[in-house]
Amino acid sequence: MTLTSKTLVEIQNMAFSRGERVIYEDVSLSIPQGKVTAIMGPSGIGKTTLLKLIGGQLTPDSGTVLFDGIDVHKCGRSELFALRKRMSMLFQSGALFTDMNVFDNVAFALREHSGLPEEIIRKIVLMKLEAVGLRGAAQLMPTELSGGMQRRAALARAIALEPEMILYDEPFAGQDPISMGVLVKLIRELSDALNLTSVVVSHDVAEVLGIADYVYVLADKRIIAHGTPEELRLAANPQLKQFIGGEPDGPVPFHYPAQDYKKELLSELD
Amino acid sequence: MSLIDAVARLGRSAIDLVVGLGKAGLMLWGAIAHRPRLRKGTPLLIKQLYVIGVQSMVIIIVSGLFIGMVLALQGYNILVGFGTEESLGPMVALSLLRELGPVVTALLFAGRAGSALTAELGLMKSTEQLSSLEMMAIDPLRQIVAPRFWAGVISLPLLALMFTAVGIYGGHLVGVEWKGIDSGSFWSILQASVEWRQDIVNCMIKSLLFAIVVTWIALYRGYHVTPNPEGISRATTQTVVQSSLAVLALDFLLTAMMFGQ
Amino acid sequence: MLTRKIEILVGLFLLSGLAAFLVLVFNVANVEVKSGDSSYTLHAKFSNIGGLKVRSPVKVGGVVVGRVSAINLDPEKLEPVVSIAMDKRYHYFPETSTLSILTSGLLGEQFLGLTPGFMDDDVELLVDGDSIEDTHSALVLEELIGQFLYSMGSKD
Repeated sequence: MTLTSKTLVEIQNMAFSRGERVIYEDVSLSIPQGKVTAIMGPSGIGKTTLLKLIGGQLTPDSGTVLFDGIDVHKCGRSELFALRKRMSMLFQSGALFTDMNVFDNVAFALREHSGLPEEIIRKIVLMKLEAVGLRGAAQLMPTELSGGMQRRAALARAIALEPEMILYDEPFAGQDPISMGVLVKLIRELSDALNLTSVVVSHDVAEVLGIADYVYVLADKRIIAHGTPEELRLAANPQLKQFIGGEPDGPVPFHYPAQDYKKELLSELD
Repeated sequence: MSLIDAVARLGRSAIDLVVGLGKAGLMLWGAIAHRPRLRKGTPLLIKQLYVIGVQSMVIIIVSGLFIGMVLALQGYNILVGFGTEESLGPMVALSLLRELGPVVTALLFAGRAGSALTAELGLMKSTEQLSSLEMMAIDPLRQIVAPRFWAGVISLPLLALMFTAVGIYGGHLVGVEWKGIDSGSFWSILQASVEWRQDIVNCMIKSLLFAIVVTWIALYRGYHVTPNPEGISRATTQTVVQSSLAVLALDFLLTAMMFGQ
Repeated sequence: MLTRKIEILVGLFLLSGLAAFLVLVFNVANVEVKSGDSSYTLHAKFSNIGGLKVRSPVKVGGVVVGRVSAINLDPEKLEPVVSIAMDKRYHYFPETSTLSILTSGLLGEQFLGLTPGFMDDDVELLVDGDSIEDTHSALVLEELIGQFLYSMGSKD
């Protein structure tokens, strides 16, 4: 690692499998404090799983995940909850609570954890909503918002308790160019302004390389490359080149494994 | 070979059953085994009482009325042949108190509230709302599952009482107002045959147990749903099928224990 | 978060549950016939009341004129005493009337049949608190069969 700043999350030799299917074998990475770290990889590689492992929602088969020096998976329930108050996660779907309006969604964690009086909570919520540009939408229900606005509202909720780290799960997936631009700007600004540690999991190469300070690329159950965006653009690894360049065929084949084409076409139905 | 396969399949489903029961037990334990939080818990409970109890009231009361009326009409036709149409009162009241009240209410409840609970929880899970609560350091079992469980356990016995009371008046309507049984004999014989301990208390015990079973199955199916539309629709169906079967089987056991001797 | 409407509806829901509970309990509890202005009470002793119940009707030629309001046991003579709440509209029964426990149909419920007695100058009308002396107890099927068998046996 060339970065000098303190490491907030340290993953060591982690392996994880779902039933028979191995998702990770021997993954190690470290996430520096106050930076935007991106984790990229093709779909279906288990990037969301990685975030859930960091958040302690899933437990690895072996290896450790340290958050600020504490082993996330050796914590008791209350210690784990104490850790989770220091981190926050932006889900792909936004995961806003559908039975309450935007204001109550953002206020939810504050009301549960902060014990602050309602008028102070109201001010904090309005400030957070102002930060994502949705103060005017405070009284709307989540279903009345567009996808991009839902994600921004969820972002306001994620920063409500002023966490040290935000985990972004596919923040750009399915967004139009304008909302994509807004989200890129917000992630960068929040990271810089609040000295937040950001972990962005995504397969949108251009956006990620644009905002990340450091990038890990996952494929084939492990990390195949890491470095700053510039280093990655220049890398020679053919798998990486295919992914960054978005080429349809290469080390990751276009075809799903099958028997010989000609042979299958000519074979008789039995 | 196929015999071994069949044995293996049997073994697998037995293991799945035990694992499922274990998961369901853990879920319920996690939801209810803690100190109640009056200030935060009460509004959540009231909201669920509204969704689960109040919104099931209409179907329960209307069904109760009709079932009581049909029971009285059919009963009258049979009893009048023996010249004992005055016994219509106890026939209607005892059928409702001992069996139909708790059982039919539980079945309707499974269809009305149970399936809605499963679908709601399934949707919350598939839109990651449950994960999101966990990441906010809020236990979804306490925040989401517990108030729904208690609301179900409170609502169903009350609904069963309403169903039974309305059903008896439905029977009265047909027997007395239409078929002309003497109102006094209707009530006097009814009151003489219904016992507080044997009938009303047992009715409440039954509906309480049904409430626990139906709500538990609905919540378990929703909480452990495969998070996609197909999974939710399957879980909703499973809730109705499994809780109905569980209610009927449990009813037989309880009836054998309460009235078997 | 909660609207007032929801709170009220939930309150009503709980109250209806309670009301249903009370209705059921009152169906069990012996609800007393309103012995207020509209009725007067008579008493009658029987040696056996069979299946007579509180609130069983009292009929004169099929017309309901009152209801059984209480059934007690005379503490000295150890005989059942039946109290009847008679409808005030039917207040013209002489004290020579008889009361029998009858059964509607072969298996039906039992009720009290009131047969009005003769009227004479020295016969008074029944008023509140009076007793009817001439009573016929319920027929108990087992006793009848027993007697029948006994008499058959003694003939042989």
